[in-house]
Amino acid sequence: MTATDPAKAASRPVRVSIDPSIAPPGTRNFRDAGGIPADQWHADQNGETLVPTHCCFCGVQCGMYLRVDKGGKVFGVEPRNHDINRMRLCPKGINAYQQVNHPDRLTAPLMRRSRDEEFKECSWDEALDFTVSEIRRIQEAHGNDAFGLLGGASLFSEKTYLVGKFARVALKTKHVDYNGRLCMVSAAGANKLAFGIDRAGNPFSDILLTDCLLIAGSNVGECFPVMTQYLWGARDRGASLIVIDPRETAIARTADIHVALKPGTDSAFFNAVLNVVIAEGLTDEAYIAANTTGWEEVKKTVAEYPPSRSAEICGVPASQIVQVARVFAGADKAMAWHARGIEHHSQGVENCLSVINLCVATGHIGKPGAGYGTITGQGNGQGGREHGQKSDLLPGGRSITNPEHRKQICQIWGIEESELPGAGTSMMEMVWQMQRGEIRGLIGICNNPFVSLPNYAVVKDGYDTAEFHAQFDFFLSETAANAHVVFPVTTWAEDEGVMANAEARVVKHNKAQEPPAGVRTDTWVICELARRLGAGKHFDFPGSREVFEELRVASAGTVNDYYGITYDRLDETGGIVWPCPSTEHPGTPRLFEDGRTYHPDGKIHMQVVEWHPPMDAYTEEYPLSLTTGRTVAHFLSGNQTRRLGALVEQTPRPWVEVHPSHGFRNGEPVRVVTRRGSEVFPALVTEAIRPDTVFIPYHWPVPTAANALTIDALDPRSKIPEYKVCAARIEAAERVDEVPAPPTPPGREAYPEAQVSRTDPLPPTSPQGRGTAERS
Amino acid sequence: MMGRTIFIDPGRCIGCQACVSACRECDSHRGKSMIHLDYTEPGMSVASLPSVCMHCEDPVAPCAEVCPADAILVTADGVVQQADTTRCIGCSNCVNACPFGIPKIDLQAKLQMKCNLCYDRTAYGLAPMCATVCPTGALFYGTLEELQAERPGVQVADSFVFGDVVVQTGVAMVVPADKVQWPVPGGLPVVEINGRDVR
Repeated sequence: MTATDPAKAASRPVRVSIDPSIAPPGTRNFRDAGGIPADQWHADQNGETLVPTHCCFCGVQCGMYLRVDKGGKVFGVEPRNHDINRMRLCPKGINAYQQVNHPDRLTAPLMRRSRDEEFKECSWDEALDFTVSEIRRIQEAHGNDAFGLLGGASLFSEKTYLVGKFARVALKTKHVDYNGRLCMVSAAGANKLAFGIDRAGNPFSDILLTDCLLIAGSNVGECFPVMTQYLWGARDRGASLIVIDPRETAIARTADIHVALKPGTDSAFFNAVLNVVIAEGLTDEAYIAANTTGWEEVKKTVAEYPPSRSAEICGVPASQIVQVARVFAGADKAMAWHARGIEHHSQGVENCLSVINLCVATGHIGKPGAGYGTITGQGNGQGGREHGQKSDLLPGGRSITNPEHRKQICQIWGIEESELPGAGTSMMEMVWQMQRGEIRGLIGICNNPFVSLPNYAVVKDGYDTAEFHAQFDFFLSETAANAHVVFPVTTWAEDEGVMANAEARVVKHNKAQEPPAGVRTDTWVICELARRLGAGKHFDFPGSREVFEELRVASAGTVNDYYGITYDRLDETGGIVWPCPSTEHPGTPRLFEDGRTYHPDGKIHMQVVEWHPPMDAYTEEYPLSLTTGRTVAHFLSGNQTRRLGALVEQTPRPWVEVHPSHGFRNGEPVRVVTRRGSEVFPALVTEAIRPDTVFIPYHWPVPTAANALTIDALDPRSKIPEYKVCAARIEAAERVDEVPAPPTPPGREAYPEAQVSRTDPLPPTSPQGRGTAERS
Repeated sequence: MMGRTIFIDPGRCIGCQACVSACRECDSHRGKSMIHLDYTEPGMSVASLPSVCMHCEDPVAPCAEVCPADAILVTADGVVQQADTTRCIGCSNCVNACPFGIPKIDLQAKLQMKCNLCYDRTAYGLAPMCATVCPTGALFYGTLEELQAERPGVQVADSFVFGDVVVQTGVAMVVPADKVQWPVPGGLPVVEINGRDVR
């Protein structure tokens, strides 16, 4: 049969009869565009229910349905036509449901009185009482600030609010921070400085309207795959795509301009682009004059960055800098999105400011299809820092050093202002303080610093020095395996709560199943600890819903205004973008449309940006740049993904990506040496990386941890570690280091699915595992 | 199916393997993926593309033609089904006959397995799992008109030349605009659903 012939088709019509009552499982609610209110979740004829929720992983926050069987257990996933992702999912999202009833789940508290002992399962009372007695002992002997709390940005916003409140009201310590400190605080700091508000300026849907899209330091295809549909949608309309990345990533492969600059030189590059924009008269002077301050100083600084100078610093042709300037500034509507690639630096804030300066100088701000955005790494990377989990912030993005803000929060919490601690230190600094014995006890909630913090030796030493360490998690993470007490808590599918995605859209996750016996929600554990510490009256929260009501009130009238967002509205709409000051307010998807920012003067404060070399100096001994990043199959420290068979099979182990000019063959063991240590990885020989740069994905623990090699240098303003560049050398080695089995509770073998091809010496065929550059 | 079929656009593929994972979730072969992700220039480029069954039309499904047990059936709307488990003898003839390297033999079960265009979904007007989740639209399910409405000026081909044999397929591939465009059959068009004319 050849091409369809309409005449023939008409003579042999296909008549389909569909009886909806016998629709196969999972197809019934297929065309629902938004959420479905909980009272309308019905089981189909197979006893299967679809529960609308969102993915637990990255900042795109794709909508999905969880398939729940007759017995009330989550057993699968079904695509959901939600505004954000329109049915799309990435491999992490598709396999996420496998966490929920995974055999490795922690189902009873684990406890030991010293690190020399083995873990024993114990009752909740024992674990809570021991934790409380240790908190009391340490705080009585060394002061309240000797106990710290580290939260996470994979927690629902309600829980992040509780973490901040628990630290300041129950523990009365200033030492609280969260792992978003490793994620996007540089962008947060830059946004606050420039705009007075900390979030992306435009929704994803604006990408479809733009004429020029600049993506800086973001491997969208692997770290935020579902966002790619917006990129390609823009290109379908003829938009040009500029990608700034030392590696030729999947989105860089077909980009109009791919600038493969040397890691750690971003601000020099963007300053030079702005230099060209000014020289060629492409600035939007009217917009600048009406809406900004600081332009003259910025102009003076970028005059020092002609393309010839920056080309040398960045290792790219000067002509490319000119090209980027002309394409970006010449477009009717242009957008810049960036992620960790420019933020994970000792000059992360400056890098983000240089991108903002470029957008503002060309007038590409606050219009449909023109603006600026940060792609948040963690599911609640945005919401995680809005409600008091960060060391210097109180709920609603209030500053902990501002007397007025302190007074407002103390009134809501019903405590005296004198009782409210001041600003604490950042996550990495807290580890240093543990090393020095200033912080002697720590509770970690849903984070895994043993894999995710830089310079592992220091991290391990800090945690080992601490006298007491408790950890909340649902799998035994590498960090939890080092603790005294581990509390088994719920996965995202066993509790309800909200998260804010990269567009600052607040979405609601729904509870799909009851937690396994012996497992409690983080909310319950925090409130129970508070009760035993004598602060019970401030923590009378049966569940997330009640916490959210307090959070709404606590954020009312601030920049991060959640007051108009309610659970019922979220169920109906499928997501509302803050600020949303009243229950009638539709939310604010696009900022600065009226030209006003959130500074008191309403102007954009342009900031002077100077480039300086990365902290880790290149020498003859360490001539290469080591950069780190993610792969599509795993998420951050890998604790949630390294046990799911399909994802382990897709990317079983890390590798080191090297250019063919180094003379290695594919799969050969290569030792990567930095000033912090050395590890051996299989080589992935590819032309898709700069010759002076090597790359290692960081999801695995030692001895295959990229973060055993990275430097713990911090950005002075945002305190983000410099993950993305350190000096290294590579040399031939005997055999590769093998990935250790994930830790398991006492008496349990590691789940076999997580063992797939663990010792496979060859690089995997994942998007970055692209075989070999040898022509056979 | 209204001539609905899958269109593969390798230019959009980011190699994320969402399709591979989604295929495992398909209820007709849960736990096993029928999609392979291929890299076209390993080490030179990150280019990749998903290989799904092309649902050949002319010659009618080479895999079905060589099946000694008549286990591979083609539906009226042009979907080449995976081997009928009551007939398949696991002989691998189909594996050798397929020019695209699609069918696989489950050695333990001695059964052939391959993509059946998620027949449990497409029969009800839904898209197959892989094309539903594909984050980039590298796998698109619909009619040629729907594809062209979404991506103006897109060109597709459904003929593949192997030596002196031309194979026409039900699944089509997006090709650069300067290539010859072949018509896309994609099975017989559905003209009526529940008595409603949908032409």
